[in-house]
Amino acid sequence: MQPVATTFFFYFLSGLTVIAGVLVITRRNPVHSALALILALLGQAGLYLMLYAPFVAGVQIILYAGGIMVLFLFVIMLVNIEKSQKEEQFNKQWVVGILAAVALGVLFVLVYTKGKSLFPDRVAQLPEQSNTQQIAVMLYGNYMFTFEIASLLLLVAIIGAVVMAKKRI
Amino acid sequence: MVPITTLHYLVVAAALFVLGVIGVLTRRNVVIVLMSIELILNAVNLNLVAFSRIYGLHGQVFAIFVITDAAAEAAVGLGILIAFFRNKETVNMDEVDLLKW
Repeated sequence: MQPVATTFFFYFLSGLTVIAGVLVITRRNPVHSALALILALLGQAGLYLMLYAPFVAGVQIILYAGGIMVLFLFVIMLVNIEKSQKEEQFNKQWVVGILAAVALGVLFVLVYTKGKSLFPDRVAQLPEQSNTQQIAVMLYGNYMFTFEIASLLLLVAIIGAVVMAKKRI
Repeated sequence: MVPITTLHYLVVAAALFVLGVIGVLTRRNVVIVLMSIELILNAVNLNLVAFSRIYGLHGQVFAIFVITDAAAEAAVGLGILIAFFRNKETVNMDEVDLLKW
């Protein structure tokens, strides 16, 4: 199916994502930051859909907006945010930090625009109807070993999180 | 109207990456620093998926692995945050200086 209004949706979703990202790093209340981050993640899921990656978009919504952000909100409830809200929010090196980050961003954009000829501007003929199936074939075929290592990593992370957060083992 | 190319997506991802780096470098609240790290990982994911539009599905598979890493990192980071808050009653990044002196 031919996509409609691609330009409008691209600028809408990317604007939403970037503005929500700005809100994440400027809000005083961490709960507001977390809600803005959920908005950014949802906008990015829309961008994934525009790039014909529906499975990654679904994983993004379920895992990030549904799982990781709930974890963040739980931890925000566990720590005391009233005291930290009254304190200074930015550290002493914030000018240097912003300058360095913006220089990095300018470098990125320069590399992308100057090196545009390095990657082709065509699009591959990806299977649009069976995206999930193709990803599953690769995940359990080419990337089997990586997949198993990822499961081991998650096990280690679970044990590590419990060891860190528990008062006495 | 300019058609939307891969370059557009790369520029959006660079903007998100820069926002994440600014958050990591300037904020004091550890929770928001962890959220900024999530922003950085998301920028990388957007790059991977944008390139997978050119080079085939490998980028999308890799993006799924990066999401797995992000979940593990968030779990361990928030566990460290809880342990730190229990010891020092603060969530400020620049007060984590036990190993510094």
